[in-house]
Amino acid sequence: MKVLMLGWELPPNNSGGLGVACLQLSKALTAAGADIDFILPCRHEPNYDFMRVVSAFGTKSFPGWDVKAYESFRYLSEGGDFIDFDMNDQQAVYAKRVGQLVEHMEFDIIHAHDWLTFRAALLVRQKRSVPLVLHVHSIERDRAGGQPGNPWVREVEATAMLLADHILAVSHRTKRMICEEYGVPADKVEVVHNAVDINELAPIEGRNSFSYLESLKADGWKVVASVGRLTVQKGLPHLVSAAAEVVKRLPKTIFLFVGDGEQRDELLEQAAASGIASNVVFAGFQRGKRWRDAYSIADLFVLPSVSEPFGLTPYEAAAYSTPSLVSKQSGVAEAFQNCLKVDYWDTNEMANKIVAVLREDPLQHELSRSANHEFQRLAWSGAASRIIRRYNQLAEKVSA
Amino acid sequence: MSKSIILYLHAHQPWRLRHYTIFDAAEQHNYFDTDPKNQNSNQQVLQKVTAKSYLPTINRLKNLIDKHYDFKLNLSITGLLIEQLERWAPEALAGFQDLAATGRVEIAAETYYHSLAFFYDRPEFERQVKQHTEKIQQLFGQTPTVFRNTELAYNNELAGWAEQAGYTGVLAEGWDPALGWRSPNFMYRPAGTHHIKLLLKNYKLSDDLAFRFGDEKWSEWPLTADKFCHWLNETHDADIFNLFMDYETFGEHQWEDKGIFEFLESLPEQWLAHPGNNFLTFSEAIDRYEPKDEVDMPNTTTWADTDRDLTAWTGNQMQQSAIAALYELADDVMSSNDLKLIDDWRRLQTSDHFYYMCTKWFNDGDVHAYFSPYDSPYEAFINFMNVYHDLKWRSMKAEFA
Repeated sequence: MKVLMLGWELPPNNSGGLGVACLQLSKALTAAGADIDFILPCRHEPNYDFMRVVSAFGTKSFPGWDVKAYESFRYLSEGGDFIDFDMNDQQAVYAKRVGQLVEHMEFDIIHAHDWLTFRAALLVRQKRSVPLVLHVHSIERDRAGGQPGNPWVREVEATAMLLADHILAVSHRTKRMICEEYGVPADKVEVVHNAVDINELAPIEGRNSFSYLESLKADGWKVVASVGRLTVQKGLPHLVSAAAEVVKRLPKTIFLFVGDGEQRDELLEQAAASGIASNVVFAGFQRGKRWRDAYSIADLFVLPSVSEPFGLTPYEAAAYSTPSLVSKQSGVAEAFQNCLKVDYWDTNEMANKIVAVLREDPLQHELSRSANHEFQRLAWSGAASRIIRRYNQLAEKVSA
Repeated sequence: MSKSIILYLHAHQPWRLRHYTIFDAAEQHNYFDTDPKNQNSNQQVLQKVTAKSYLPTINRLKNLIDKHYDFKLNLSITGLLIEQLERWAPEALAGFQDLAATGRVEIAAETYYHSLAFFYDRPEFERQVKQHTEKIQQLFGQTPTVFRNTELAYNNELAGWAEQAGYTGVLAEGWDPALGWRSPNFMYRPAGTHHIKLLLKNYKLSDDLAFRFGDEKWSEWPLTADKFCHWLNETHDADIFNLFMDYETFGEHQWEDKGIFEFLESLPEQWLAHPGNNFLTFSEAIDRYEPKDEVDMPNTTTWADTDRDLTAWTGNQMQQSAIAALYELADDVMSSNDLKLIDDWRRLQTSDHFYYMCTKWFNDGDVHAYFSPYDSPYEAFINFMNVYHDLKWRSMKAEFA
């Protein structure tokens, strides 16, 4: 089964979980028998031995690489230079380029990840009449924090979803939203929960990079961490509200925010206004060791998302034996048993649960032990074999 | 040769905790005031189980007692269930009293609060057993002579305690690893005792009714009273068949539409049709049958799940720390002389609270393997500990008052 996969990012050039999921899923699909050509917008390193990565534009790095899957305000030109550009034109250029690239490629199925690739995917499907599978990691309403979002992006999503042969959604929550927002019939949408490949996560080693937090912990402080973009979708103001209640009861608590985004200053101001400025630390966007160390130093990881199609971070926390509190408005809450769950708006209950974990060692112990146990049994292989079966079905339908 | 069925039904409901947060602690102490609009509230559960199980089963048992002179059974009913019946289903309580008044229903002794106090606080355990006995005497006019510990949790030490406390019999799970070659279908004597007799639950036959009865994938489904009695009649080396199960088996765990009431209605007729067969109360069986052998059970067995030990209640760190912390409050609570505080403390000892914190099935993803008002064992622990902290706060306040 030859698969043409269209994606926007792969690690280490990723801005979030989308790239991680694409890479690990591709690896598992290959192991299950798929032969993948993965088209990215820009040149990618490292190369993988399990799939060919092709760049739509031969360029490697330009000042504006941070055109991210989650942003929609910077665009590239046909020549590969980043300029401010009309979104419609930019998509057209990208689709045209992908269309040219695939002229000399052979494949049985098109598998496209998220809206940025959808127009290109539709164009290829039209040219080559092979089945199109859309993999939806988020829809516009998620990225807009529950608001309708950008109407043009909605149009792209609506058109692609109606024309696609099959849709994979990362959670039941996402499936429900796809059906409600875009009127897609439910039987066309299949839920495939994300997983984490345990071999992809490096072990914790050496001294923790957060020396200051380490010294506080030695003095009896507890650390609550959040890892993710500081953006409306992630619901962090709710966590700051809960934090104020927690600090009233447990003053020796530090809230660590790892990530960047347009909401940072607002969060700082909110913390200051609630009198907990000194209990809040912003560490910026981190990768590698510092990123791992943030999970490992935390006594509790919190994902307070307003709207989260899946959300891999609680699994990553579990990998580093840190318990999680996740919003019930996240896809991961459907799949992950051994974590605490809360409605993101219920900041009292959020505080109640944070205090419980920080105060009750047996709870923290039992949660992290069971979460790690659950994590150890996670694998992409189940999802991959289901997707391969679906590929075969779709391909048969076309040839029949 | 005669053979006896000893049917024993155990009825219990805990006082479930309301959703109780750190914002309630040191403010509100109404731990058990669950929201009546919630389907997991004490009131709704009690009314549901009364309608599905307590009342319809009482009516059928009454009819059977009227119809068959030789039909008898044994009951136990916790103090906490009696309290809730008094409040929300007095007609069911009256029904239980009618049953006892026939003289053919024997009631067993146990802790009032369905607690595991035997393993944590012996004087407290004895107070709870006494409280239960007084309640049974007052409502049913009987003084229990046979003891069943919560969850059928049993070991040699419990048998020794029951003997010195004057009981003539004690109940336990007839769990093969503890019995060795012995069959549960005889009377036994607990190791280290002289007079008291041990009745062992025949878990295979009991669980055929309690767990498998409605399972259409079970090879013996559908199970009829005729078939069941045939099995018993074909079991030649046996004096007694100890069928011990939750009262709620009838109508709640096994639903009416699966035919559990038809089974109950025809069991006496089918069984008594065979010459020599009868039903016995515990005391009659203890009078009639001599111990076949001694049974040595140094380790605690219970009637729960596949492990048959206490790990469903005390298997993980959350459970262990919660139950230990609760019993550590004993002196402060008891010396407060605050009856409300003492009663609240005892209601928290109910084994169900710890069962809700069990993670051993949850880890396997089998979240529906047991009933719990909580979404997860972690929520159960958080709620319980918030209440615990408030109770501790109250006991400290009482101390300095």
